Amino acid sequence: MTLDNKVPEGPLDQKWTNYKSKVPLVSPANKRRLEIIVVGTGLAGGSAAASLAEMGYRVKTFCFQDSPRRAHSIAAQGGINAAKNYQNDGDSVFRLFYDTIKGGDYRSREANVYRLAEVSANIIDQCVAQGVPFAREYGGTLDNRSFGGVQVSRTFYARGQTGQQLLLGAYSALSRQIAKGNVAMYNRHEMLDIVKIDGKARGVIVRDLVTGEYQRHFGHAVVLATGGYGNVYYLSTNAMGSNVTAAWKAYKQGAMFANPCFTQIHPTCIPVSGEYQSKLTLMSESLRNDGRIWVPKNKDDNRSPVDIPEGERDYYLERRYPAFGNLVPRDVASRAAKERCDGGYGVGETGLAVYLDFKDAIDRLGKDVVSARYGNLFEMYEKITGDNPYLMPMKIFPAVHYTMGGLWVDYDLMTTVPGLYAIGECNFSDHGANRLGASALMQGLADGYFVLPYTIGKYLSEDIRTPSIKTDHDDFLKAEKNARERNQKLLKNNGSRSVESFHRELGKIVWDHCGMSRNTKNLTQAIEDIKSLRNDFWDNVKVPGRDDVLNPELAKAGRVADFFELGELMMRDALGRDESCGGHFREEHQTQQGEALRDDENFTFSSAWEFKGDNTPPLLNKEELTFDTVRLTQRSYK
Amino acid sequence: MDTLKLELKIWRQDSPKDKGEFKTYKVDGLNTHMSFLEMLDVLNEQLIESDSEPVAFDHDCREGICGMCSMVINGRPHGPLKGTTTCQLHMRHFNDGDTITIEPWRANSFPVIKDLVVDRSSFDRIIQAGGYISVNTGSAPDGNAMPIGKEVAEEAFDAAACIGCGACVAACKNASASLFVAAKVSQLALLPQGQAERDDRVVNMVSKMDQEGFGHCTNTGACEAECPKEISVEYIRKLNWEYHRSNIKG
Ligand SMILES: Cc1cc2nc3c(=O)[nH]c(=O)nc-3n(C[C@H](O)[C@H](O)[C@H](O)COP(=O)(O)OP(=O)(O)OC[C@H]3O[C@@H](n4cnc5c(N)ncnc54)[C@H](O)[C@@H]3O)c2cc1C
Ligand code: SF4
Ligand code: FES
Repeated sequence: MTLDNKVPEGPLDQKWTNYKSKVPLVSPANKRRLEIIVVGTGLAGGSAAASLAEMGYRVKTFCFQDSPRRAHSIAAQGGINAAKNYQNDGDSVFRLFYDTIKGGDYRSREANVYRLAEVSANIIDQCVAQGVPFAREYGGTLDNRSFGGVQVSRTFYARGQTGQQLLLGAYSALSRQIAKGNVAMYNRHEMLDIVKIDGKARGVIVRDLVTGEYQRHFGHAVVLATGGYGNVYYLSTNAMGSNVTAAWKAYKQGAMFANPCFTQIHPTCIPVSGEYQSKLTLMSESLRNDGRIWVPKNKDDNRSPVDIPEGERDYYLERRYPAFGNLVPRDVASRAAKERCDGGYGVGETGLAVYLDFKDAIDRLGKDVVSARYGNLFEMYEKITGDNPYLMPMKIFPAVHYTMGGLWVDYDLMTTVPGLYAIGECNFSDHGANRLGASALMQGLADGYFVLPYTIGKYLSEDIRTPSIKTDHDDFLKAEKNARERNQKLLKNNGSRSVESFHRELGKIVWDHCGMSRNTKNLTQAIEDIKSLRNDFWDNVKVPGRDDVLNPELAKAGRVADFFELGELMMRDALGRDESCGGHFREEHQTQQGEALRDDENFTFSSAWEFKGDNTPPLLNKEELTFDTVRLTQRSYK
Repeated sequence: MDTLKLELKIWRQDSPKDKGEFKTYKVDGLNTHMSFLEMLDVLNEQLIESDSEPVAFDHDCREGICGMCSMVINGRPHGPLKGTTTCQLHMRHFNDGDTITIEPWRANSFPVIKDLVVDRSSFDRIIQAGGYISVNTGSAPDGNAMPIGKEVAEEAFDAAACIGCGACVAACKNASASLFVAAKVSQLALLPQGQAERDDRVVNMVSKMDQEGFGHCTNTGACEAECPKEISVEYIRKLNWEYHRSNIKG
């Protein structure tokens, strides 16, 4: 299959404007006849569903939580980027574009990223108008902070709860459309498959998680906004329910999956405390603005951190990267922490932690200022660990946080299945091999508010004569039957091991072999390990209960089953990408100082994997990336 | 490392129609660094192993922000710790040998679905009745066009911090949703953007709250005491004021 990214002609800074002025429109009368399914109500899905409904389309929306307001986006802490240049520090659309391309280690598509930077400013306006209480200066204007990987201050924030406030904004817009009858909202429903008719996406199979009922829903187009797949690692900062199922089902129906091995390990999370651990908690990257990261200069130094004198501390980020210091991008900061801990300098009970110290900031700014900036994060830290960060440095360690990979989409955000779109974290666009902080919220809302509502019209304008397809169509019935049978199989398995125990074991394989550093031997081994564990899962998993009632174990089993298949694809992708770039660090490719070494000659492409059948290896397609505007250089934060 | 042995009395109810009852379980060897929900994970693994059905409970973020977790622990919504959701409660706050009682939110407007899981869609319907500012995508002026004083922004934020968990209702002897409604009404009434719909909003949201069967506020303050985000009852006073204001004007 050839990949057409449909990037419009013309100069980079005019592509989107030209596109918008030429894109075919759908008349209001026709919009009322067209039905769109949006799966997911996070920032991407919530904003898309609301905007599409405002435009006059008939929208059906689904989420697995008990309310659309609880999507994983709610947990984002630090902020959202926008090229407003309110601080007059030299920011611009071009600079945001450039920082994103560079931060992504030159593995993303110029045209998409430029468009993202262009619409970023509108997002802030929209959210302010919805009543999002962003942080303000005393004069009443919007406040900004800076985030890792950049040298300007362009991040808008609402205390440490930016995601919450932005999501509640989108949720309020969605609620308004629900009240008007323009959106039908299905809470506690899980999508189990895409329905394709004559090659086009025409609907979904969902299961009502409360009654267990399987349902068939038709749409002229289907939009997936189902978030990232970080939970393939078992332990991650994602919400417990975050999963790959929707995207994975799309992949198996012909949508290509791009760059699955590009995952982000966030440098500042609370370290693992024991085997029982169910998830990891992020400490916002914004803490690196004022906190200093260090480990003792001496191995196995067991003194309390406050007793270790200045001269015996190694502020290793400041030492290695004097220009960016504690604000280097996430991948660089994470690897540096691993390097110190592997070397035996790690702290805490497990030796898998480094200090994040606020003493200098408190001396310089006073406790009140520090508390105004980070108070709620400090509180959260104390609740979890029992330590007070005003008195003791925090202990932190990298953890899985975000997945840059996802469904391959073209400039229109359409997957390789006609009529099937992917927005937000579940697509692969914009962040290349490493995402900059505060850019996921920006991308989710850009996709949902300002991009998809235009681009979907291009497809739907050709579909205005298609009447709604009845859901007793054979392809609907077949898809429902498959979904039902798979659940039955899980329930009747009569095995002896819980879903959780399989998930934990899978996560460990993926973390050990496809985490912060990767090599040929481990990746090859992991493919075999995952296969045999997957076979064991289908032989031995034990799923209690029935499928006609609320059964969280059953839902979890289906998700974990898909994680197995995804895990294997991640290994293949990581193995094939024989270079280091961004979060993908292949031990075979590093400089003498241990920095990642890209191979632009052979790997300036996005990998797009095509499903070929359950027992046939997937096929690698490549979207070559061309850089007309940016010159590829070795990323340097020194 | 200290470990705990506990007796758990948990509400088990198979379906909305089922009567439901407490059942007693024992868990042992718990690490004090565990979260409360991780303790329940351990119990559930134990139940699955012994061919019993695990306890159903709602949870997602486990970071105290999504508002999904919802259980009454020893008679208190979200348990003993002030300003803390169940998922952020850790076992170091319990003692070896404790008996812990765990129940779902109890309120007519939050019917039990199964075990500790309740239906809170009434909250969504209250927001749909007016908890928004009517602004279509793309029609917003520049973000800095309308300055908002830092203090006003902060006060609006304090109200906006509500996570919609429903603990306030579970804590209230009248099962009133006043704190939840007050938080949203206040946030939007404080901001200049919220002015145009200010009067209709409060009337519509309050009447929806009544229609959904939530009780009336008699100022006991139990909601504030149990609210994991420490939303102040001052906002209920503001809600009442907003309500009267709209009547006077209307
Ligand atoms: C702790 C944390 C902090 C973060 N902080 C920041 C930050 O400060 N700045 C930033 O830019 N980014 C941040 N991020 C990243 C950012 O929050 C996410 O990338 C982003 O919110 C994803 O939004 P989304 O709309 O794509 O998906 P989500 O918000 O994950 O929404 C997914 C939706 O899909 C639904 N869904 C999924 N599968 C199914 C299914 N099978 N059937 C039905 N529904 C389904 C879910 O119910 C949910 O509604 C953070 C992430 C984490 C984990
Ligand atoms: S007011 Fe407090 S207790 Fe009530 S829903 Fe909001 S956060 Fe929960
Ligand atoms: S699980 Fe999200 S608030 Fe407790």
